[in-house]
Amino acid sequence: MSAQPTAAPQRRLHRFEGPALAGVLVREVVNFSSFWRSTTFSSTVQPTIYLLAFGFGFGSLVSHVAGYRYVEYVGTGTVATAVLFSSVFPAMFSTFVKYQFQHTYDAILAAPVDTEELVTAEALWIAVRSGVYGAVPMLVAVAFGLPLSWGMLLVPLIGFVAGFGWAAFGIGTAGLLKSIDSFSYVTSTVITPLFLVAGTFFPLNHLPEGWQIAANFNPLFHAVELVRHAVFGFHGWVDVGHLGVLVVFALVLWRLAIRFMERRLID
Amino acid sequence: MGSLAIRIRGAVKRYGPITAVDGLDLDVPEGTCVGLLGPNGAGKSTTMRMLTAQAIADEGELEVLGYELPRESKQARAECGVVPQLDNLDTTLTVEQNLLVFTYLYRIPRSQRRDAIERALKMANLRDRRDTRVDKLSGGMRRRLLIARALVHLPRLVLLDEPTVGLDPQVRQELWALIDNLRSEGASILMSTHYIEEAERLADTVTIMSHGRAVATGAPRDLVREHAGREAVEVYGPPPRLAEVEAEAAGHGLRTRRTGTSVAIMEADGRFPDSIRRPTNLEDVFVLLTGEEIE
Repeated sequence: MSAQPTAAPQRRLHRFEGPALAGVLVREVVNFSSFWRSTTFSSTVQPTIYLLAFGFGFGSLVSHVAGYRYVEYVGTGTVATAVLFSSVFPAMFSTFVKYQFQHTYDAILAAPVDTEELVTAEALWIAVRSGVYGAVPMLVAVAFGLPLSWGMLLVPLIGFVAGFGWAAFGIGTAGLLKSIDSFSYVTSTVITPLFLVAGTFFPLNHLPEGWQIAANFNPLFHAVELVRHAVFGFHGWVDVGHLGVLVVFALVLWRLAIRFMERRLID
Repeated sequence: MGSLAIRIRGAVKRYGPITAVDGLDLDVPEGTCVGLLGPNGAGKSTTMRMLTAQAIADEGELEVLGYELPRESKQARAECGVVPQLDNLDTTLTVEQNLLVFTYLYRIPRSQRRDAIERALKMANLRDRRDTRVDKLSGGMRRRLLIARALVHLPRLVLLDEPTVGLDPQVRQELWALIDNLRSEGASILMSTHYIEEAERLADTVTIMSHGRAVATGAPRDLVREHAGREAVEVYGPPPRLAEVEAEAAGHGLRTRRTGTSVAIMEADGRFPDSIRRPTNLEDVFVLLTGEEIE
Protein backbone atom coordinates (compact mmCIF):
# COMPACT_ATOMS: atom_id res chain seq x y z
CA MET A 1 0.00 0.00 0.00
CA SER A 2 2.98 2.25 0.33
CA ALA A 3 2.84 2.61 -3.45
CA GLN A 4 -0.25 4.75 -2.93
CA PRO A 5 -0.24 7.93 -0.91
CA THR A 6 -1.50 7.25 2.56
CA ALA A 7 -4.62 9.11 3.61
CA ALA A 8 -3.48 9.12 7.21
CA PRO A 9 -2.45 12.52 8.53
CA GLN A 10 1.25 13.27 8.49
CA ARG A 11 0.82 16.09 11.02
CA ARG A 12 1.70 15.65 14.68
CA LEU A 13 -1.25 14.45 16.70
CA HIS A 14 -2.04 16.17 19.96
CA ARG A 15 -3.07 14.77 23.30
CA PHE A 16 -6.63 16.00 22.94
CA GLU A 17 -7.94 16.03 19.39
CA GLY A 18 -11.21 17.38 18.10
CA PRO A 19 -11.33 14.88 15.23
CA ALA A 20 -10.91 11.99 17.70
CA LEU A 21 -13.93 13.24 19.66
CA ALA A 22 -15.81 13.69 16.39
CA GLY A 23 -15.03 10.09 15.39
CA VAL A 24 -16.44 8.68 18.62
CA LEU A 25 -19.45 11.01 18.41
CA VAL A 26 -20.19 9.98 14.82
CA ARG A 27 -20.26 6.38 15.95
CA GLU A 28 -22.72 7.26 18.71
CA VAL A 29 -24.93 9.35 16.46
CA VAL A 30 -25.07 6.68 13.75
CA ASN A 31 -25.85 4.05 16.38
CA PHE A 32 -28.45 6.28 17.95
CA SER A 33 -30.24 6.51 14.61
CA SER A 34 -31.00 2.80 14.99
CA PHE A 35 -32.47 2.95 18.51
CA TRP A 36 -33.64 6.51 19.12
CA ARG A 37 -37.31 5.52 19.11
CA SER A 38 -37.12 3.26 22.15
CA THR A 39 -34.81 5.62 24.04
CA THR A 40 -37.00 8.61 23.34
CA PHE A 41 -40.10 6.67 24.30
CA SER A 42 -38.76 5.60 27.69
CA SER A 43 -37.15 8.98 28.38
CA THR A 44 -40.45 10.68 27.71
CA VAL A 45 -42.89 8.27 29.28
CA GLN A 46 -41.03 7.70 32.54
CA PRO A 47 -40.89 11.32 33.76
CA THR A 48 -44.43 11.85 32.54
CA ILE A 49 -45.61 9.02 34.75
CA TYR A 50 -43.76 10.51 37.72
CA LEU A 51 -45.27 13.85 36.98
CA LEU A 52 -48.80 12.50 36.68
CA ALA A 53 -48.52 10.19 39.67
CA PHE A 54 -47.01 12.75 42.02
CA GLY A 55 -48.47 15.88 40.52
CA PHE A 56 -52.02 14.64 40.57
CA GLY A 57 -51.88 11.85 43.11
CA PHE A 58 -50.04 13.83 45.73
CA GLY A 59 -51.23 17.15 44.35
CA SER A 60 -54.78 16.27 45.37
CA LEU A 61 -53.58 16.33 49.01
CA VAL A 62 -51.21 19.24 48.76
CA SER A 63 -52.12 22.17 46.55
CA HIS A 64 -49.06 24.38 47.14
CA VAL A 65 -45.49 23.65 48.13
CA ALA A 66 -42.81 26.25 48.86
CA GLY A 67 -44.97 28.87 47.21
CA TYR A 68 -45.55 26.93 43.97
CA ARG A 69 -48.54 24.97 42.73
CA TYR A 70 -47.60 21.36 43.42
CA VAL A 71 -47.86 20.29 39.75
CA GLU A 72 -45.45 23.09 38.86
CA TYR A 73 -43.17 22.20 41.75
CA VAL A 74 -42.93 18.59 40.61
CA GLY A 75 -42.94 19.49 36.91
CA THR A 76 -39.78 21.53 37.31
CA GLY A 77 -38.25 19.14 39.87
CA THR A 78 -38.56 16.10 37.62
CA VAL A 79 -36.47 17.84 34.94
CA ALA A 80 -33.37 17.08 37.00
CA THR A 81 -34.64 13.55 37.61
CA ALA A 82 -35.10 13.02 33.89
CA VAL A 83 -31.58 14.30 33.31
CA LEU A 84 -30.27 11.91 35.95
CA PHE A 85 -32.08 8.89 34.54
CA SER A 86 -31.19 9.62 30.93
CA SER A 87 -27.51 10.06 31.75
CA VAL A 88 -26.36 7.86 34.61
CA PHE A 89 -28.06 4.62 33.53
CA PRO A 90 -27.17 4.72 29.83
CA ALA A 91 -23.63 5.67 30.84
CA MET A 92 -23.28 2.77 33.28
CA PHE A 93 -24.82 0.09 31.12
CA SER A 94 -23.70 1.08 27.65
CA THR A 95 -20.13 1.64 28.82
CA PHE A 96 -20.01 -1.76 30.44
CA VAL A 97 -21.58 -3.48 27.44
CA LYS A 98 -19.25 -1.70 25.04
CA TYR A 99 -16.04 -2.73 26.73
CA GLN A 100 -17.07 -6.08 28.16
CA PHE A 101 -19.31 -7.65 25.54
CA GLN A 102 -19.03 -5.74 22.27
CA HIS A 103 -15.31 -4.89 22.60
CA THR A 104 -16.13 -1.61 20.89
CA TYR A 105 -13.55 0.28 22.91
CA ASP A 106 -10.81 -2.12 21.85
CA ALA A 107 -11.56 -1.18 18.26
CA ILE A 108 -11.63 2.55 18.97
CA LEU A 109 -8.45 2.57 21.04
CA ALA A 110 -6.59 0.70 18.29
CA ALA A 111 -7.26 3.79 16.16
CA PRO A 112 -5.54 7.08 17.04
CA VAL A 113 -7.94 7.79 19.91
CA ASP A 114 -6.96 7.78 23.60
CA THR A 115 -9.08 6.85 26.60
CA GLU A 116 -9.32 10.50 27.60
CA GLU A 117 -10.87 11.43 24.27
CA LEU A 118 -13.09 8.37 24.24
CA VAL A 119 -14.53 9.04 27.71
CA THR A 120 -14.98 12.75 26.98
CA ALA A 121 -16.82 12.13 23.74
CA GLU A 122 -19.10 9.51 25.31
CA ALA A 123 -19.95 11.84 28.22
CA LEU A 124 -20.57 14.76 25.86
CA TRP A 125 -22.97 12.76 23.76
CA ILE A 126 -24.92 11.50 26.77
CA ALA A 127 -24.98 15.04 28.17
CA VAL A 128 -26.49 16.41 24.96
CA ARG A 129 -29.16 13.72 24.98
CA SER A 130 -30.01 14.25 28.64
CA GLY A 131 -30.18 18.01 28.12
CA VAL A 132 -32.84 17.40 25.49
CA TYR A 133 -34.72 14.65 27.31
CA GLY A 134 -34.55 16.60 30.54
CA ALA A 135 -36.76 19.28 29.04
CA VAL A 136 -39.57 16.77 28.39
CA PRO A 137 -41.20 16.85 31.86
CA MET A 138 -41.14 20.63 31.75
CA LEU A 139 -43.01 20.57 28.44
CA VAL A 140 -45.50 18.09 29.89
CA ALA A 141 -45.97 20.46 32.85
CA VAL A 142 -46.53 23.30 30.38
CA ALA A 143 -49.31 21.24 28.86
CA PHE A 144 -50.78 21.04 32.38
CA GLY A 145 -50.62 24.77 32.93
CA LEU A 146 -47.02 25.67 33.81
CA PRO A 147 -46.65 29.24 32.48
CA LEU A 148 -44.02 29.74 29.79
CA SER A 149 -40.95 31.81 30.62
CA TRP A 150 -37.72 32.86 28.87
CA GLY A 151 -35.66 31.08 31.50
CA MET A 152 -37.00 27.77 30.18
CA LEU A 153 -34.64 28.16 27.23
CA LEU A 154 -31.72 27.68 29.63
CA VAL A 155 -33.08 24.42 31.02
CA PRO A 156 -31.48 22.18 28.34
CA LEU A 157 -28.13 23.84 29.10
CA ILE A 158 -28.49 23.15 32.81
CA GLY A 159 -29.46 19.60 31.85
CA PHE A 160 -26.33 19.36 29.73
CA VAL A 161 -23.98 20.39 32.55
CA ALA A 162 -25.66 18.13 35.12
CA GLY A 163 -25.96 15.33 32.55
CA PHE A 164 -22.24 15.52 31.80
CA GLY A 165 -21.45 15.01 35.47
CA TRP A 166 -23.87 12.11 35.81
CA ALA A 167 -22.65 10.54 32.57
CA ALA A 168 -19.09 10.72 33.89
CA PHE A 169 -20.33 9.21 37.16
CA GLY A 170 -21.91 6.33 35.20
CA ILE A 171 -18.86 5.76 32.99
CA GLY A 172 -16.53 5.84 35.99
CA THR A 173 -18.77 3.40 37.86
CA ALA A 174 -18.76 1.02 34.90
CA GLY A 175 -14.98 1.32 34.74
CA LEU A 176 -14.62 0.61 38.43
CA LEU A 177 -17.00 -2.31 38.87
CA LYS A 178 -16.12 -5.76 37.61
CA SER A 179 -19.63 -7.08 37.14
CA ILE A 180 -22.84 -5.65 35.84
CA ASP A 181 -24.64 -7.20 38.82
CA SER A 182 -22.81 -4.85 41.19
CA PHE A 183 -24.49 -1.89 39.52
CA SER A 184 -27.52 -2.45 41.74
CA TYR A 185 -25.38 -1.60 44.81
CA VAL A 186 -24.62 1.78 43.30
CA THR A 187 -28.22 2.30 42.27
CA SER A 188 -29.64 1.51 45.70
CA THR A 189 -26.99 3.13 47.91
CA VAL A 190 -26.07 6.18 45.85
CA ILE A 191 -28.56 7.04 43.16
CA THR A 192 -31.85 6.30 44.93
CA PRO A 193 -31.07 8.39 48.05
CA LEU A 194 -29.74 11.24 45.93
CA PHE A 195 -32.84 11.02 43.81
CA LEU A 196 -35.20 11.17 46.77
CA VAL A 197 -33.46 13.84 48.85
CA ALA A 198 -33.08 16.47 46.16
CA GLY A 199 -36.15 18.62 46.61
CA THR A 200 -37.84 17.07 43.61
CA PHE A 201 -41.02 15.83 45.23
CA PHE A 202 -40.94 17.57 48.61
CA PRO A 203 -39.02 20.55 49.96
CA LEU A 204 -36.04 19.81 52.16
CA ASN A 205 -36.62 22.56 54.72
CA HIS A 206 -38.80 20.33 56.85
CA LEU A 207 -36.16 17.64 57.09
CA PRO A 208 -33.80 17.40 60.09
CA GLU A 209 -30.90 19.83 59.85
CA GLY A 210 -28.35 17.09 59.15
CA TRP A 211 -30.26 16.08 56.05
CA GLN A 212 -30.46 19.64 54.86
CA ILE A 213 -26.71 20.04 55.16
CA ALA A 214 -26.16 16.73 53.44
CA ALA A 215 -28.40 17.80 50.56
CA ASN A 216 -25.89 20.52 49.69
CA PHE A 217 -23.51 17.75 48.66
CA ASN A 218 -26.12 16.28 46.35
CA PRO A 219 -25.54 17.58 42.81
CA LEU A 220 -29.10 16.66 41.94
CA PHE A 221 -30.38 19.09 44.58
CA HIS A 222 -28.45 21.90 42.91
CA ALA A 223 -29.78 20.89 39.50
CA VAL A 224 -33.35 20.85 40.82
CA GLU A 225 -32.97 24.30 42.39
CA LEU A 226 -31.31 25.78 39.34
CA VAL A 227 -33.97 24.48 36.97
CA ARG A 228 -36.76 25.74 39.20
CA HIS A 229 -35.17 29.16 39.42
CA ALA A 230 -34.61 29.24 35.66
CA VAL A 231 -38.30 28.67 35.14
CA PHE A 232 -39.68 30.90 37.93
CA GLY A 233 -36.92 33.50 38.22
CA PHE A 234 -33.24 33.42 39.15
CA HIS A 235 -31.97 34.11 42.68
CA GLY A 236 -28.72 35.85 41.79
CA TRP A 237 -25.59 34.55 43.56
CA VAL A 238 -27.45 31.58 44.98
CA ASP A 239 -27.85 30.27 41.46
CA VAL A 240 -24.25 31.03 40.57
CA GLY A 241 -23.43 28.81 43.54
CA HIS A 242 -25.71 26.03 42.25
CA LEU A 243 -24.14 26.24 38.82
CA GLY A 244 -20.66 26.26 40.36
CA VAL A 245 -21.39 23.03 42.23
CA LEU A 246 -22.65 21.37 39.04
CA VAL A 247 -19.57 22.44 37.09
CA VAL A 248 -17.17 21.23 39.79
CA PHE A 249 -19.10 17.97 40.05
CA ALA A 250 -18.86 17.50 36.28
CA LEU A 251 -15.13 18.27 36.15
CA VAL A 252 -14.18 16.02 39.06
CA LEU A 253 -16.26 13.08 37.84
CA TRP A 254 -14.91 13.57 34.31
CA ARG A 255 -11.31 13.16 35.46
CA LEU A 256 -12.24 10.20 37.68
CA ALA A 257 -14.09 8.51 34.83
CA ILE A 258 -10.99 8.84 32.64
CA ARG A 259 -8.79 7.43 35.42
CA PHE A 260 -11.04 4.40 36.04
CA MET A 261 -11.55 3.69 32.36
CA GLU A 262 -7.82 3.87 31.65
CA ARG A 263 -7.27 1.32 34.36
CA ARG A 264 -9.95 -0.86 32.80
CA LEU A 265 -8.99 -0.54 29.13
CA ILE A 266 -5.20 -0.34 29.17
CA ASP A 267 -3.39 -3.37 30.61
CA MET B 1 18.00 -4.22 4.44
CA GLY B 2 15.51 -1.37 4.67
CA SER B 3 14.08 0.09 7.82
CA LEU B 4 11.94 -1.74 10.32
CA ALA B 5 8.17 -1.37 10.57
CA ILE B 6 8.28 -3.01 13.99
CA ARG B 7 11.21 -3.37 16.33
CA ILE B 8 10.78 -5.04 19.71
CA ARG B 9 13.67 -5.65 22.10
CA GLY B 10 13.39 -7.50 25.38
CA ALA B 11 9.70 -6.81 25.86
CA VAL B 12 8.24 -8.12 29.11
CA LYS B 13 4.59 -7.98 30.12
CA ARG B 14 3.35 -9.42 33.38
CA TYR B 15 -0.21 -9.89 34.60
CA GLY B 16 0.14 -10.49 38.31
CA PRO B 17 1.99 -13.78 38.70
CA ILE B 18 1.74 -14.60 34.99
CA THR B 19 4.40 -13.39 32.58
CA ALA B 20 2.60 -13.27 29.25
CA VAL B 21 5.53 -11.87 27.27
CA ASP B 22 8.94 -12.73 28.62
CA GLY B 23 11.81 -10.97 26.88
CA LEU B 24 10.51 -10.93 23.32
CA ASP B 25 12.66 -9.72 20.42
CA LEU B 26 10.86 -9.21 17.13
CA ASP B 27 11.55 -7.40 13.86
CA VAL B 28 9.19 -6.72 11.01
CA PRO B 29 11.21 -5.31 8.09
CA GLU B 30 9.25 -2.80 6.07
CA GLY B 31 7.24 -4.34 3.24
CA THR B 32 7.36 -7.88 4.58
CA CYS B 33 4.82 -10.17 6.21
CA VAL B 34 5.94 -11.67 9.48
CA GLY B 35 4.00 -14.53 11.02
CA LEU B 36 3.89 -14.88 14.78
CA LEU B 37 3.28 -18.55 15.30
CA GLY B 38 2.46 -20.12 18.60
CA PRO B 39 -0.18 -22.02 20.54
CA ASN B 40 -2.85 -20.30 22.58
CA GLY B 41 -1.26 -18.60 25.56
CA ALA B 42 2.14 -18.11 23.92
CA GLY B 43 1.80 -14.33 24.24
CA LYS B 44 0.79 -13.46 20.67
CA SER B 45 -2.29 -11.42 21.53
CA THR B 46 -0.49 -9.59 24.34
CA THR B 47 2.24 -8.70 21.84
CA MET B 48 -0.39 -7.34 19.48
CA ARG B 49 -1.95 -5.28 22.27
CA MET B 50 1.44 -3.84 23.21
CA LEU B 51 1.91 -2.64 19.63
CA THR B 52 -1.21 -0.46 19.89
CA ALA B 53 -0.37 0.58 23.48
CA GLN B 54 -3.48 -1.17 24.76
CA ALA B 55 -1.06 -3.08 26.91
CA ILE B 56 1.99 -1.25 28.28
CA ALA B 57 5.18 -3.29 28.45
CA ASP B 58 6.78 -3.58 31.89
CA GLU B 59 10.24 -3.73 30.35
CA GLY B 60 11.88 -3.48 26.94
CA GLU B 61 11.81 -1.23 23.89
CA LEU B 62 9.07 -1.12 21.30
CA GLU B 63 9.10 0.87 18.08
CA VAL B 64 6.36 0.99 15.47
CA LEU B 65 7.04 2.77 12.15
CA GLY B 66 9.88 4.58 13.84
CA TYR B 67 7.67 5.83 16.69
CA GLU B 68 8.63 4.96 20.20
CA LEU B 69 5.94 3.22 22.29
CA PRO B 70 4.01 3.98 24.36
CA ARG B 71 5.01 7.68 24.16
CA GLU B 72 4.30 8.17 20.45
CA SER B 73 1.74 5.44 20.14
CA LYS B 74 -1.05 7.67 18.90
CA GLN B 75 1.04 8.71 15.91
CA ALA B 76 1.90 5.08 15.23
CA ARG B 77 -1.75 4.03 15.48
CA ALA B 78 -2.71 6.66 12.90
CA GLU B 79 -0.56 4.82 10.35
CA CYS B 80 -1.47 1.27 11.42
CA GLY B 81 -4.49 -0.87 10.67
CA VAL B 82 -5.57 -3.39 13.29
CA VAL B 83 -7.63 -6.51 12.66
CA PRO B 84 -8.58 -7.86 16.08
CA GLN B 85 -9.11 -11.48 16.92
CA LEU B 86 -12.53 -10.78 18.40
CA ASP B 87 -15.09 -9.35 16.04
CA ASN B 88 -15.92 -5.90 17.41
CA LEU B 89 -17.98 -4.53 14.54
CA ASP B 90 -21.08 -2.51 15.33
CA THR B 91 -23.67 -5.17 14.59
CA THR B 92 -26.67 -2.88 14.37
CA LEU B 93 -25.00 -0.67 11.77
CA THR B 94 -24.65 -1.35 8.06
CA VAL B 95 -21.42 -2.34 6.37
CA GLU B 96 -20.97 1.18 5.04
CA GLN B 97 -21.76 2.85 8.37
CA ASN B 98 -19.10 0.73 10.08
CA LEU B 99 -16.54 1.95 7.55
CA LEU B 100 -17.76 5.54 7.82
CA VAL B 101 -17.12 5.64 11.57
CA PHE B 102 -13.53 4.57 11.01
CA THR B 103 -12.91 7.16 8.31
CA TYR B 104 -13.55 9.67 11.09
CA LEU B 105 -11.47 7.85 13.69
CA TYR B 106 -8.57 7.70 11.21
CA ARG B 107 -8.90 11.41 10.34
CA ILE B 108 -9.59 10.92 6.65
CA PRO B 109 -10.41 14.36 5.25
CA ARG B 110 -14.04 14.92 4.33
CA SER B 111 -13.28 15.13 0.60
CA GLN B 112 -11.66 11.67 0.63
CA ARG B 113 -14.15 9.78 2.81
CA ARG B 114 -16.36 8.54 -0.04
CA ASP B 115 -13.39 7.24 -2.02
CA ALA B 116 -11.88 5.59 1.02
CA ILE B 117 -15.12 3.73 1.76
CA GLU B 118 -15.54 2.66 -1.88
CA ARG B 119 -11.97 1.41 -2.04
CA ALA B 120 -12.40 -0.59 1.18
CA LEU B 121 -15.72 -2.06 0.00
CA LYS B 122 -14.16 -3.08 -3.28
CA MET B 123 -11.12 -4.63 -1.71
CA ALA B 124 -13.23 -6.72 0.68
CA ASN B 125 -15.66 -7.55 -2.12
CA LEU B 126 -18.58 -6.15 -0.15
CA ARG B 127 -19.87 -3.55 -2.60
CA ASP B 128 -23.24 -5.20 -3.02
CA ARG B 129 -23.58 -5.55 0.75
CA ARG B 130 -22.96 -1.93 1.66
CA ASP B 131 -26.45 -1.42 3.07
CA THR B 132 -26.66 -4.75 4.87
CA ARG B 133 -26.67 -4.67 8.64
CA VAL B 134 -23.64 -6.45 10.07
CA ASP B 135 -25.74 -8.92 12.06
CA LYS B 136 -27.13 -10.18 8.73
CA LEU B 137 -23.68 -10.97 7.29
CA SER B 138 -22.05 -14.41 7.18
CA GLY B 139 -18.98 -15.07 9.33
CA GLY B 140 -16.68 -14.75 6.33
CA MET B 141 -18.16 -11.44 5.24
CA ARG B 142 -17.88 -10.06 8.76
CA ARG B 143 -14.22 -10.98 8.82
CA ARG B 144 -13.68 -9.34 5.43
CA LEU B 145 -15.36 -6.21 6.73
CA LEU B 146 -13.15 -6.29 9.81
CA ILE B 147 -10.11 -6.31 7.50
CA ALA B 148 -11.58 -3.61 5.24
CA ARG B 149 -12.20 -1.42 8.28
CA ALA B 150 -8.52 -1.68 9.21
CA LEU B 151 -7.45 -0.64 5.70
CA VAL B 152 -9.78 2.28 5.14
CA HIS B 153 -6.92 4.79 5.66
CA LEU B 154 -4.28 2.89 3.63
CA PRO B 155 -2.07 2.03 6.60
CA ARG B 156 1.65 1.41 6.21
CA LEU B 157 1.51 -1.43 8.72
CA VAL B 158 -1.27 -3.94 9.32
CA LEU B 159 -1.58 -5.98 12.51
CA LEU B 160 -3.65 -9.10 12.06
CA ASP B 161 -4.46 -11.04 15.21
CA GLU B 162 -5.53 -14.57 14.25
CA PRO B 163 -7.27 -13.34 11.10
CA THR B 164 -8.91 -16.63 10.16
CA VAL B 165 -9.59 -18.24 13.52
CA GLY B 166 -12.86 -20.13 13.66
CA LEU B 167 -13.59 -19.87 9.94
CA ASP B 168 -14.21 -22.78 7.59
CA PRO B 169 -11.42 -23.68 5.13
CA GLN B 170 -13.01 -22.11 2.08
CA VAL B 171 -13.48 -18.75 3.78
CA ARG B 172 -9.98 -19.00 5.16
CA GLN B 173 -8.54 -19.30 1.65
CA GLU B 174 -10.55 -16.31 0.54
CA LEU B 175 -8.99 -14.26 3.32
CA TRP B 176 -5.52 -15.54 2.52
CA ALA B 177 -5.93 -14.18 -1.00
CA LEU B 178 -6.94 -10.84 0.48
CA ILE B 179 -3.95 -10.72 2.83
CA ASP B 180 -1.57 -11.86 0.10
CA ASN B 181 -2.84 -9.08 -2.11
CA LEU B 182 -2.25 -6.58 0.68
CA ARG B 183 1.34 -7.73 1.00
CA SER B 184 1.93 -7.54 -2.74
CA GLU B 185 0.88 -3.89 -2.59
CA GLY B 186 3.73 -3.18 -0.24
CA ALA B 187 2.15 -2.94 3.23
CA SER B 188 4.11 -4.34 6.16
CA ILE B 189 2.19 -7.04 7.99
CA LEU B 190 2.47 -8.69 11.37
CA MET B 191 0.10 -11.62 11.62
CA SER B 192 -0.33 -13.82 14.63
CA THR B 193 -1.69 -17.27 13.98
CA HIS B 194 -1.76 -20.74 15.37
CA TYR B 195 -2.43 -22.26 11.96
CA ILE B 196 0.81 -23.63 10.57
CA GLU B 197 -0.44 -23.54 7.01
CA GLU B 198 -1.40 -19.89 7.29
CA ALA B 199 2.09 -18.94 8.41
CA GLU B 200 3.71 -21.13 5.73
CA ARG B 201 1.67 -19.62 2.93
CA LEU B 202 1.63 -15.96 3.82
CA ALA B 203 4.68 -15.12 5.88
CA ASP B 204 8.08 -14.12 4.51
CA THR B 205 9.47 -14.69 7.96
CA VAL B 206 8.07 -16.68 10.84
CA THR B 207 8.80 -16.16 14.49
CA ILE B 208 7.88 -19.10 16.65
CA MET B 209 6.69 -18.02 20.06
CA SER B 210 6.49 -20.14 23.15
CA HIS B 211 5.88 -19.04 26.73
CA GLY B 212 6.23 -15.37 25.81
CA ARG B 213 9.55 -15.71 23.95
CA ALA B 214 10.71 -16.00 20.37
CA VAL B 215 12.30 -19.44 20.12
CA ALA B 216 13.18 -19.32 16.41
CA THR B 217 12.98 -16.84 13.56
CA GLY B 218 13.49 -17.29 9.85
CA ALA B 219 11.89 -17.93 6.49
CA PRO B 220 9.54 -20.94 6.83
CA ARG B 221 11.62 -23.09 4.46
CA ASP B 222 14.89 -22.23 6.21
CA LEU B 223 13.43 -22.96 9.62
CA VAL B 224 12.21 -26.34 8.46
CA ARG B 225 15.56 -27.27 6.93
CA GLU B 226 17.54 -26.04 9.89
CA HIS B 227 15.50 -27.64 12.65
CA ALA B 228 13.75 -30.63 11.05
CA GLY B 229 15.85 -31.51 8.01
CA ARG B 230 14.46 -32.34 4.57
CA GLU B 231 12.41 -35.41 5.13
CA ALA B 232 10.65 -37.23 7.91
CA VAL B 233 9.11 -40.68 8.15
CA GLU B 234 6.06 -41.62 10.11
CA VAL B 235 5.62 -44.98 11.78
CA TYR B 236 2.11 -45.99 12.76
CA GLY B 237 1.26 -48.55 15.39
CA PRO B 238 -0.15 -49.18 18.87
CA PRO B 239 1.38 -47.13 21.70
CA PRO B 240 3.90 -49.84 22.83
CA ARG B 241 5.21 -50.10 19.28
CA LEU B 242 5.52 -46.30 19.07
CA ALA B 243 7.52 -46.29 22.30
CA GLU B 244 9.89 -48.89 20.82
CA VAL B 245 10.32 -46.82 17.69
CA GLU B 246 11.10 -43.74 19.76
CA ALA B 247 13.70 -45.64 21.76
CA GLU B 248 15.28 -47.03 18.60
CA ALA B 249 15.39 -43.60 16.96
CA ALA B 250 16.91 -42.10 20.10
CA GLY B 251 19.57 -44.86 19.89
CA HIS B 252 20.49 -43.63 16.43
CA GLY B 253 20.57 -40.05 17.71
CA LEU B 254 17.49 -39.09 15.66
CA ARG B 255 14.87 -36.54 16.59
CA THR B 256 11.28 -37.72 16.95
CA ARG B 257 7.91 -36.34 17.77
CA ARG B 258 4.57 -37.93 18.49
CA THR B 259 1.73 -36.98 16.19
CA GLY B 260 -1.19 -38.66 17.92
CA THR B 261 -1.34 -42.04 16.18
CA SER B 262 2.22 -42.12 14.90
CA VAL B 263 5.81 -41.21 15.61
CA ALA B 264 7.55 -38.90 13.16
CA ILE B 265 11.31 -39.36 12.80
CA MET B 266 13.37 -36.60 11.21
CA GLU B 267 16.04 -37.48 8.63
CA ALA B 268 15.66 -41.20 9.21
CA ASP B 269 17.80 -42.11 6.15
CA GLY B 270 15.86 -45.27 5.39
CA ARG B 271 16.29 -46.83 8.83
CA PHE B 272 12.57 -47.46 9.35
CA PRO B 273 11.34 -49.47 6.38
CA ASP B 274 7.70 -49.81 7.57
CA SER B 275 7.14 -46.12 7.49
CA ILE B 276 5.63 -43.42 5.36
CA ARG B 277 8.00 -40.81 3.96
CA ARG B 278 6.94 -37.19 3.85
CA PRO B 279 8.60 -33.77 3.61
CA THR B 280 9.28 -32.06 6.92
CA ASN B 281 7.12 -29.08 7.73
CA LEU B 282 6.81 -26.12 10.03
CA GLU B 283 4.72 -28.14 12.43
CA ASP B 284 7.70 -30.49 12.98
CA VAL B 285 9.86 -27.48 13.75
CA PHE B 286 7.30 -26.09 16.08
CA VAL B 287 6.88 -29.28 18.11
CA LEU B 288 10.60 -30.02 18.16
CA LEU B 289 11.41 -26.54 19.43
CA THR B 290 8.64 -26.05 21.92
CA GLY B 291 7.59 -29.54 22.90
CA GLU B 292 4.05 -28.26 22.47
CA GLU B 293 1.39 -29.56 20.15
CA ILE B 294 -0.38 -27.10 17.96
CA GLU B 295 -4.00 -27.41 16.85
